[in-house]
Amino acid sequence: MATLTKQKIGGILARQGILIAFAIFMIAFTLASAKFLSVDNVFSVVRSSAILGVMALGVTFVVISGNLDLSVGSMMSFSTIVVLDLHDKIGPALAIPAMFAMTLCLGAIIGFLVGYLRLNSLIVTLGMLSAIHGLTLTYSGGQNMDIADKEGTWFSVFGQGSALGIPVPILIFVGLAAFLGVVLARTPFGRKVYAVGGNGTAATFSGIRRARIVFQCYLISSACVATAGLIQASRSLGSQNTVGQGLELEVLAAVILGGASLLGGSGTIFKTVIGVLILGFIQNGLLLLGLQFYVQFVVTWVIIILAVWLDIAAKRGKLLSPIA
Amino acid sequence: MQPGALSKALKSGAIWGFIVLELIFFSVAGEFLSLSDKAFMNWENMLLLLKQSAPIGIIAMGMTMVMVNGNIDLSVGATFAIAAIVLLDSMTWPIFAGLGDWVIPVAWLLALLVGTALGALNGLIVWKTGVDAFIVTLGSMLGYRGVVFMFNGENPTSHLNWTLVDFAEAEFLGLATASWFLLAVTLVIWFLTKHTVHGRNAYAIGDNRDAAVNAGIRVGPHMMINFAIIGFLAALSAVVFYSESGSVNPNDGQLYELWVITAVVLGGTKITGGAGSVIGTFGGVIAIQLLRKGLGHIGADTSTVNLVIGCILIAVLFLDRQLNVKGKEELKV
Repeated sequence: MATLTKQKIGGILARQGILIAFAIFMIAFTLASAKFLSVDNVFSVVRSSAILGVMALGVTFVVISGNLDLSVGSMMSFSTIVVLDLHDKIGPALAIPAMFAMTLCLGAIIGFLVGYLRLNSLIVTLGMLSAIHGLTLTYSGGQNMDIADKEGTWFSVFGQGSALGIPVPILIFVGLAAFLGVVLARTPFGRKVYAVGGNGTAATFSGIRRARIVFQCYLISSACVATAGLIQASRSLGSQNTVGQGLELEVLAAVILGGASLLGGSGTIFKTVIGVLILGFIQNGLLLLGLQFYVQFVVTWVIIILAVWLDIAAKRGKLLSPIA
Repeated sequence: MQPGALSKALKSGAIWGFIVLELIFFSVAGEFLSLSDKAFMNWENMLLLLKQSAPIGIIAMGMTMVMVNGNIDLSVGATFAIAAIVLLDSMTWPIFAGLGDWVIPVAWLLALLVGTALGALNGLIVWKTGVDAFIVTLGSMLGYRGVVFMFNGENPTSHLNWTLVDFAEAEFLGLATASWFLLAVTLVIWFLTKHTVHGRNAYAIGDNRDAAVNAGIRVGPHMMINFAIIGFLAALSAVVFYSESGSVNPNDGQLYELWVITAVVLGGTKITGGAGSVIGTFGGVIAIQLLRKGLGHIGADTSTVNLVIGCILIAVLFLDRQLNVKGKEELKV
């Protein structure tokens, strides 16, 4: 029988640390507040996390391939504004594919710059954050976008509808997570994404077309962003130009919390989902405890750093960094 | 001519060439498009531009140090807001009531101390835990901003002290107070990078960390000092700006980190560390402000500014890589 040595416990803690932390959180909040684990509350948390979560799924691909995407927030504003605008002009059935096509174009631009031209993804997506924000403002003329007939459109089904008693945003989030999870874990494409992020040079020498993989990761990310924009637009049926502002960093926080390394090559869809849920449940739990809304930011800060720190500490076998 | 000298000269001169280009373009375009009949290139306008560059510019100098060092700081906007709140709120504290106008230096000192401490905290975490600076400061960006909101909710914090406003609006030798601060900070940080052991070590660490460790350089303290410097400068920027305006919104300083990083990268600092100059950053700051002002002058709205700056940032990155590409390919094979 295997004996549990100190190191092994450390290893388990490191690998499943995020799950353990999640479990502790849920138990603590459940004990503290009776409402916390009720079906209604859980649904409302997952539902409000769905937009963030859908975006995080796509960013997980980008991060695993060794890149960053800071443009998802402003891209989400873009797709929300575009779909709302086109809804009244060409009808929802055409507006949705048109919006997806336009958002995918933006993703393709980023993918081309980062994948084929091999520019630094942090700076490229920083530039795109600014550029897409400008594009959105130009498109909308700085006005808020509203659907004229809010009652009579079936468009609201994506954000407000429910099927089998489950809200549609949750269905979309779970379905997309399952699909992308399989793509990442069970297909040759998924394995190539890990290979490119883990060691790009080695991947190139073993015949993987690195540029193409990176390009495809950004396409997936922008498709997820378009989906998130669709949910957002459909939920509110009207929107400001800045609806997604700042989301890129929350998304990244969720992905990192899930244990994906910014260096690439590690992370899973399942863990990202856990990361998203942790952020959502912390926010909700702290509110139920009667704490101020903004305390969640401070708590998130502490949790992110602790999570990544413990992960690194377990890998190097020492709590503190060895650098002098 | 040595190989590489041409591309080096091109790179260090590029930002100034770009500024000249902007000046010419906006002057000419302004003649046809501008609604006001004032010339773009007049002296007063340029002085105003320098003053308006100060908040971003002061922080950008610190960001240059941090990025040369191979790190990044995303929390500067939040630090900026916290320092502003400390500055304005501390002037109303009852313990300082007997000080009269002497409360001003006390409030300044407090704000700068808080900023330095927040920066140093980031540095300490990066040093001791070994977590990437991007993640650490991403976290503290959320955390510090949370503290800002916890202080006063969504309400602004205001306090006007007329002596302070007079000081901030004063002009000395034709330059506004904020401009003097920007120039002084630029000079000090330039000296720090070029003529001190700390500066030299910061470059060495950013260029090749393992080599720096093997050469006996203590990597951690240098990183922490740089984070303390950027925290101090973020607070200084807030102090200079809010002395004049006297009111801070909890959202103030948001996206500052993006503007600052854009300015620093435009100025030629490498995101991977080891290369970059304070003078280049100064050019980057001026170039961005010129672009914002110039586009406003010819009647473009803010959306165009965002669009243009984003595209320019990517173009600069592309050009920079094209100029470097020969040397790099040789290294790789």
